[in-house]
Amino acid sequence: MALLLGVLFMVFILLHITGDPVSLMVSRHASPAEIEALREELGFNRPLMVQFADFLTDAVQGDFGRSFRYRQPAMGLVLERIPATIELASAALLMAILMGVTIGILGGSNPNTILDSLARGLGLLGQTIPTFWLGLILIIIFSLHLGWFPTYGRNTFVLFGMHLPDKSIILPAFALSLFTTGQLARFTRSAVLEVMNEEYVTTARSKGLGKMRIYSRYILKNSAIPLISIIGVQFSYLLSGSIYIETIFSWPGLGNLLAEAVSTRDFFLVQATAFFTSLVVIGLHLVTDLIYMLVDPRIRYR
Amino acid sequence: MEKENGDITNNNSTGLIVDEQEDRSIRKKIQDLWRLLWRDKSGLLGLTIFLILVFAAIFAPMLSPHDPLQQNLIMSRQPPIWAEGGTTEHILGTDNLGRDIFSRIIYGTRVSIMVGFLGVSMAFSLGMMIGLVAGYKGGTVDNVIMTLTNMVLSLPYLVFVVFIAAILGNSLLNVILIFGFTDIPIFVRVTRGEVLRLREEGYIEAAMSIGQKTPVIIFKHIMPNLLGPLITLATFEMSAMIFYEAGLGFLGLSVPPTVPSWGNMLAEGRQYLTIYPWMSIYPGLAIVLTGFGMNLFGDWLRDVMDPRMRLMKK
Repeated sequence: MALLLGVLFMVFILLHITGDPVSLMVSRHASPAEIEALREELGFNRPLMVQFADFLTDAVQGDFGRSFRYRQPAMGLVLERIPATIELASAALLMAILMGVTIGILGGSNPNTILDSLARGLGLLGQTIPTFWLGLILIIIFSLHLGWFPTYGRNTFVLFGMHLPDKSIILPAFALSLFTTGQLARFTRSAVLEVMNEEYVTTARSKGLGKMRIYSRYILKNSAIPLISIIGVQFSYLLSGSIYIETIFSWPGLGNLLAEAVSTRDFFLVQATAFFTSLVVIGLHLVTDLIYMLVDPRIRYR
Repeated sequence: MEKENGDITNNNSTGLIVDEQEDRSIRKKIQDLWRLLWRDKSGLLGLTIFLILVFAAIFAPMLSPHDPLQQNLIMSRQPPIWAEGGTTEHILGTDNLGRDIFSRIIYGTRVSIMVGFLGVSMAFSLGMMIGLVAGYKGGTVDNVIMTLTNMVLSLPYLVFVVFIAAILGNSLLNVILIFGFTDIPIFVRVTRGEVLRLREEGYIEAAMSIGQKTPVIIFKHIMPNLLGPLITLATFEMSAMIFYEAGLGFLGLSVPPTVPSWGNMLAEGRQYLTIYPWMSIYPGLAIVLTGFGMNLFGDWLRDVMDPRMRLMKK
């Protein structure tokens, strides 16, 4: 709770010391008098602490101001967009886990083979290819040349009353996932390598246990522990990284909303979007910590 | 009187010897490093790519065949040299306004290298100072600094940066300052961790117990040991910063749109993606190459700076 308040305060202070929000909102051709009038109207000329207290009381009541462009409360707009972003980030995470962990396990258990180089190469690839460029390239190849996927948008089909995305989610999710895939491949590889050299694995081998049993019971289970915290971090990376991908593919999520709000100078909408994204990410860190404690009994709150 | 004189000369001479030894050991260290680099081809490749970029940034006016801002509507939308209809005049083609893409990419290295280098230098120096204070002083100071640091680090970085950039507006100085400031926490955290570890080392305890002054301990005993991990971190952070700068440019939040930068080129190229794909392909390749080089070099540095790994490499 204290952390939450701190983050709220931080977002707010940063917003105000880094510049006058009014300059974001007015057009470049506004006269000084017009700027001053707007500042007066929105209360930006009051002392900072008073503004913060005001912002806080409003925020607690779920009032984050109104969007200028949509003429609607900012919070409603933000909440409306959250599911699409979570959906995209989850799809990307799922892809990354499937590909990254598999390649990492294969690479780690066969050191110095082609599979191993593949796992390490994938890690490097994920770090060197920027998501926003990969998105463009995927559109050029798979949408324009091959015509397999739509170039943009979120198309849905209805299943049991739920609107689920069709194949239009594949390209954006893949573009978003590459970095995470690389990271997971790298970490899984080194975790598996490390566990393979532990004494209990040697013991299990010398007992003559089957390969499958050694892997499932000893190696994979113990390599999974460091992976959990990495997956938590990666998910929050995916959530904020979606700002590029959602812009490129016009995916109706938070990132798209933020980019749009920034370019239309919609101050309250920017503030609300940034706040809610931070909220989701911080919540995620907490959940990761909790799961970590459950999985690894050596870690307990002091 | 005489005795004092003798003492002074004595001090001087030992001082000289120490200096010479230090000088020799530094030269030997550089030679060692070079030998290690020569043996590890991927590290060498990374360094080479990085140096080429720095070279391109410095000598951009001489290297680029055309003026990057020169518009020429007759020559616009030329495809690259190997595509049908390409000319040797514009090897990577021209954009929608007839500007030479190759020249614009060369000029783009200036923005990237400048933001990366200056941003990292700022975060490095400020972060190291703050981290030293936190780690060395401990107590309340440490608590306050680390709470703030963790708070910033728990925010989604990209959203945070986009947010500030949107308010500050487009300019090179703003972009450098944004990255310089927002990247401080990482350096603080790493420095503090290292300082805490170093404080437990025998030679630091010895220096403390013979009553050496705090600045001496910090600058002579702690700082040299910090440089290794921090320089490695700086390499990775610089490559990340170059990425983020391009990303901001892509969203139209970095340097003004008239300045040729990789991110701006991608943003323009995106509008013509369906008809002139080369406008987006090549600036992106430049970013990929940069990231590739810096990561290879960073990986090598990390291995070399860790003495245990170095033994394995030898």
